[in-house]
Amino acid sequence: MSDILHTHQETASHGHHADDHHHVHAHHKETFISKYIFSMDHKMIAKQFLITGIVWAIIGGLFSVLFRLQLGFPEESFPILETFFGKWAEGGRLRPEFYYALTTMHGTVLVFFVLTAGLSGTFANLLIPLQVGARDMASPMMNMLSYWFFFGGSIVMLASLFIQTGPASGGWTIYPPLSALGQASEGSKAGMDYWIIGMALFIISQLLGGLNYIATILNMRTKGMSMTRVPLTIWALLFTAILGVLSFPVLLSGVVLLIFDRHLGTSFYLSDIYIAGQALANEGGSAILFQHLFWFLGHPEVYIIILPTMGIVSEVMSVNARKPIFGYMAMVFSMFAICVLAFLVWAHHMFVTGLNPFLGSVFVLLTLLIAVPSAIKVFNWLTTLWRGNIRFTPAMLFAIGFVSLFISGGLTGIFLGNSTIDIHLHDTMFVIAHFHIVMGVSAFFGMFCGIYHWFPKMFGRYMNNTLGYIHFWVTLIGAYLIFWPMHYQGFAGMPRRYLDKSSWVSFNQFHGLDAMITVVTVLVFAVQLMFVFNYFYSIYKGRRVRELNPWGATTLEWTTPIRPGHGNWDGEIPEVHRWAYDYGKDGRDFIPQTEPIGDKESSH
Amino acid sequence: MDIVSNEQHKRVHPHKFTLWVAIASIIMMFAGLTSAFIVKSNLTGWRTIVLPKIFWVSTVVILASSLTMQMAIKSFKARDMQRYRSLMGVTVVLGLAFVVCQIVGFGELWDQNIRFKGSSGAGQFFYAIAGLHGLHVLGGVVALIVMVVRSLIGTRKLYSAVPAEVMGMYWHFVDLLWLYLLIFFIIVG
Repeated sequence: MSDILHTHQETASHGHHADDHHHVHAHHKETFISKYIFSMDHKMIAKQFLITGIVWAIIGGLFSVLFRLQLGFPEESFPILETFFGKWAEGGRLRPEFYYALTTMHGTVLVFFVLTAGLSGTFANLLIPLQVGARDMASPMMNMLSYWFFFGGSIVMLASLFIQTGPASGGWTIYPPLSALGQASEGSKAGMDYWIIGMALFIISQLLGGLNYIATILNMRTKGMSMTRVPLTIWALLFTAILGVLSFPVLLSGVVLLIFDRHLGTSFYLSDIYIAGQALANEGGSAILFQHLFWFLGHPEVYIIILPTMGIVSEVMSVNARKPIFGYMAMVFSMFAICVLAFLVWAHHMFVTGLNPFLGSVFVLLTLLIAVPSAIKVFNWLTTLWRGNIRFTPAMLFAIGFVSLFISGGLTGIFLGNSTIDIHLHDTMFVIAHFHIVMGVSAFFGMFCGIYHWFPKMFGRYMNNTLGYIHFWVTLIGAYLIFWPMHYQGFAGMPRRYLDKSSWVSFNQFHGLDAMITVVTVLVFAVQLMFVFNYFYSIYKGRRVRELNPWGATTLEWTTPIRPGHGNWDGEIPEVHRWAYDYGKDGRDFIPQTEPIGDKESSH
Repeated sequence: MDIVSNEQHKRVHPHKFTLWVAIASIIMMFAGLTSAFIVKSNLTGWRTIVLPKIFWVSTVVILASSLTMQMAIKSFKARDMQRYRSLMGVTVVLGLAFVVCQIVGFGELWDQNIRFKGSSGAGQFFYAIAGLHGLHVLGGVVALIVMVVRSLIGTRKLYSAVPAEVMGMYWHFVDLLWLYLLIFFIIVG
């Protein structure tokens, strides 16, 4: 290991001041195990979440490259695939079971393990105590357990990739009856059980983490840090945690009933099923019930993914535009509105299930209401940029890219949110295009934005800027090239789950388009690997941070030592006197939150 | 570790607050299950159940355990550790007795030919929902045992009543949760 990570000890031992009882770990020497593995320091846990998330992102991204090969070149065979995957890719072509396993695991891994745990796990852990002014989380122990439950869930999910019948393959939404009956498909055998166990561990991890985030934000803020003074990242992470804590248990209850159906023969989701000519005894179950329980989590889940990035982007954008964020309270209220509406729109995923049309129209109305807070947020980002003194750091570019993608993807949500149009577009490539742009790629942009911006705080070094710019431009252009054409495929009715459409005359026109998408996918994936290289290289060899506050930001995390120890501040926790967005005020570039309000200062 | 700084003493203790949020989370889980029950009970082939009498016994047992839990917190605050430990012990025994009663009740239902297999009905839901509730009670029993053992062999004297109060909150919550489930199954089931 390098010298970077070792400096925690040095800084931690400085802290024997009036409040030295806060410096828990200053009293005894930290071992490798207690510092890097079973660490209770929120900053180390954040790094653990991020690095585990990166590993998962590489795996999940690789899956998409593999199934894009099939979609782009259905006629070709790639002998190298057989070398790696054996019977799953006999003759160099993906078996249908393998294709469905790949798409299912791509969704599961990216939605849950990367964009939920990897994203909010990282930034909630890193930023909450640092930005509200706390030594650590409300319960460092639970925080550590949160990571290790996530790790355990990861191991189970990873193991499912290697079992004989393969991982779960019924789609990331695991709808019964397909997922409930082992006879129904290869992936519904042991792989499905691994999926359920892995996800149960994941949910426990999310609950432990979420409880901690909420308690820390509401109870452990430093003196003067009222809720109207916290940075927007904190508000975003608070709403994210509330959504998670209230919606994940419902998924858990849905999955518990699924286990009963799978192994005890109950009929929660199953009714009147013939399989291989045999009638099953199950009666009176409802597959739609599962969809309700699933989407009651599943819809808040997309906001669990996007809200933290909204907070990150707001903060980074304000810092790099050298302007206060436009409409702080409007930002808070729109996030609150999104948080409430998130629980009231789940059935818009179910317009084609035979939902009562009247009920459907209620859900259309509520769904379209989300456009209001979303548009307010976009307006505020644009007005924050307006006449700003913009510094185009990689983090800032990713923040601006996020807004671009969020607009593009958000607009197509209006199409899908209308039940009448949704009947045509449901389960087509249009849906793929919509959610990949609005919550997949844009969430990744928000995540990259946060990583480039807070890397100096995490490791005391900078990431390489040139690689950062290449990363940004290739990813932005690539993302649009990959997902924009999918809208047209969707309009033409091309279904999302078919692995070979060559026998449909109507889809033949898209053959070249699909090949282009695949080539771009491979390129974009390669550039992500370049980002991973930049990340790990910079941990050890990046340019060192020499100043406490490299970006000239107002928030508290930049008042800590360059490499803070466990406990974050050497002396007293600083007191806060103002909100987090005093940029370009009274002729000064920025005023830190810790500076008392001056006599002649103008009010904002 | 002392995580509460001076200016934070006026607010709710973070651990208590955390438990309130956790309780909200558990409520969501049981709300999901019981609303699934309501949706399903309108479908064809639904079979209802009549709860065996033993569940009244378990209700009395868990109510009594809430009482002993509260008395244990009171004796902790009065620094009467001997009484605290014995009352916590009684709570453990009552908690276990509750779980045993539930299992006996499940057995009686099973003997009425209410099984997992086959067509759906209130029985299948009852096993799943009351079973999950039982697991939450068992989790509480484990926590109680840990607290008793800690107060017996702990090298440091504990003066903060917060852990005992947090335990009490959770225990009263699973008690109330059972009352809700009982009333739910009597009225809707």
